[in-house]
Amino acid sequence: MKVLVPVKRVIDYNVKVRVKADGSGVDLANVKMSMNPFDEIAVEQAIRLKEAGKAEEVIAVSIGVKQNQETLRTALAMGADRAILVIAADDVHTDIEPLAVAKILAKVVEEEQPGIVLAGKQAIDNDMNATGQMLSALLGWSQGTFASGLDIDGDNAIVTREVDGGLQTIKVSMPTIISVDLRLNEPRYASLPNIMKAKKKPLDEKTAADYVVDVTPRLEVVKTDEPEARKAGEIVGSVDELVAKLKEAGAV
Amino acid sequence: MAVLLLAEVTDGELALDATAKAVTAAKQLGDITVLAAGATAAAAGEAAAKIDGVSKVLVAEDASLGHRLAEPTAALIVSLAGDYEHIVAPATTDAKNVLPRVAALLDVMVISDASGVVDANTFERPIYAGNAIQTVKSSDGKKVVSFRTATFDAAGEGGSAAVEAISAVANPGLSEWVEDKVAASDRPELTSAGVVVSGGRGVGSEDDFKLIEGLADKLGAAVGASRAAVDSGYAPNDWQVGQTGKVVAPDLYVAIGISGAIQHLAGMKDSKVIVAINKDEEAPIFQVSDYGLVADLFAAVPELTDKL
Repeated sequence: MKVLVPVKRVIDYNVKVRVKADGSGVDLANVKMSMNPFDEIAVEQAIRLKEAGKAEEVIAVSIGVKQNQETLRTALAMGADRAILVIAADDVHTDIEPLAVAKILAKVVEEEQPGIVLAGKQAIDNDMNATGQMLSALLGWSQGTFASGLDIDGDNAIVTREVDGGLQTIKVSMPTIISVDLRLNEPRYASLPNIMKAKKKPLDEKTAADYVVDVTPRLEVVKTDEPEARKAGEIVGSVDELVAKLKEAGAV
Repeated sequence: MAVLLLAEVTDGELALDATAKAVTAAKQLGDITVLAAGATAAAAGEAAAKIDGVSKVLVAEDASLGHRLAEPTAALIVSLAGDYEHIVAPATTDAKNVLPRVAALLDVMVISDASGVVDANTFERPIYAGNAIQTVKSSDGKKVVSFRTATFDAAGEGGSAAVEAISAVANPGLSEWVEDKVAASDRPELTSAGVVVSGGRGVGSEDDFKLIEGLADKLGAAVGASRAAVDSGYAPNDWQVGQTGKVVAPDLYVAIGISGAIQHLAGMKDSKVIVAINKDEEAPIFQVSDYGLVADLFAAVPELTDKL
């Protein structure tokens, strides 16, 4: 079985984003970019499936700008076997929508015929939480979202999902799309020798047009604003003072 | 214009708060029909009919709709979609599981976690862990939207909508439910609580988390946690507040032993009053707190619990 892992290049999760003054978006020029943290967990899980003898090949795929190569090399250094880059934008500020990404991924799935697609549950830039579900819909496959546990059992996958109120376990038929949550695993670091080896692993470069997918956005971004800033608060000196302030403010 | 709103139904019971908040958000879009779907959903449908602003309720009961599996639930919604311009739901894990699937089946984009309605096509939503607010205008014929409930008030009671039973569609049979592990709690539900007391890594152990729970019980509050506290096993993961956990906006949020990472702030910075107790005066949480106390939580929290 092949495992396909979509990975996204996003602003590093530790960076405090800056909204551009003209409201046109978030400033991504000269900002540190990294692999979306949820996608690292998906890559890790794919490699663990391979190490457990449940998968033969791990293919990482990324859609976006040319620089997404770096993200794919990271996946290769972690242990993915080969990578596919689909260039669909020429500016880092163009975020391809989940629907278009899902359509491209559906074409890649048709070509590669993986038994499972492991995706992150959401990208930390657009916070959409949609691509995995959309891909599953387009393929008519089952879906196991927000997975914190995954076990492949013959023609089925047993998925433990993080839902409001606790955990839910479901059984989905393969092939399937799994979107992974934070607690599925602890992603490994790529070692220096593996980073060097990853440079020699195959990386196919394609374009959205190769897959005949229209990436025109359905949602026009009218503007991007800074969230309302909170008023500066005060530091109180003691618990008594805190209680008094809270009572005064009517908060308790 | 008509709106189909997927009610939040858990084990046959309506999650009134989440559903009523989504009704408030959707009222601005048109006439609301609520869909209550589940293995049992009649009682939930009756409860939804009483929400002010609901014009009609559809009840779909079928074993295949139990536990809201995405494949049969999405198929049901798509079969009804013809009559509606908007298909909406509160942004719960159920809706986040189902709505993007519905959207893709209809070949439209989904608008996740909308925090504001500008007009029938235009919505505001937070991006980058809430560090920017994007206004998006949809060019799709149908709009599929989940609403961030924390930013809307719950619609009141007093409605008397007609309830109509409808049948489920064929189950695609791609998935089945195995089991639920529900965290038992007598405390208010985190996303609808008026007061939330949260603990972080600074609490140090599962045992010491009882300090947080003690203060919460004194205040009639729900208990929250940071990712660090959940990962360290101090608290169950459904208590996690933040970008990847729950988003809350209570009247009072008390953050104890929480540094205030970007990802945590994403889940609580719309709270009305924020109190932070932390021994590190440089902790970023003090930049968003209304009242900060630089102190050892092991001394301050018991004292605070006593004095309230």
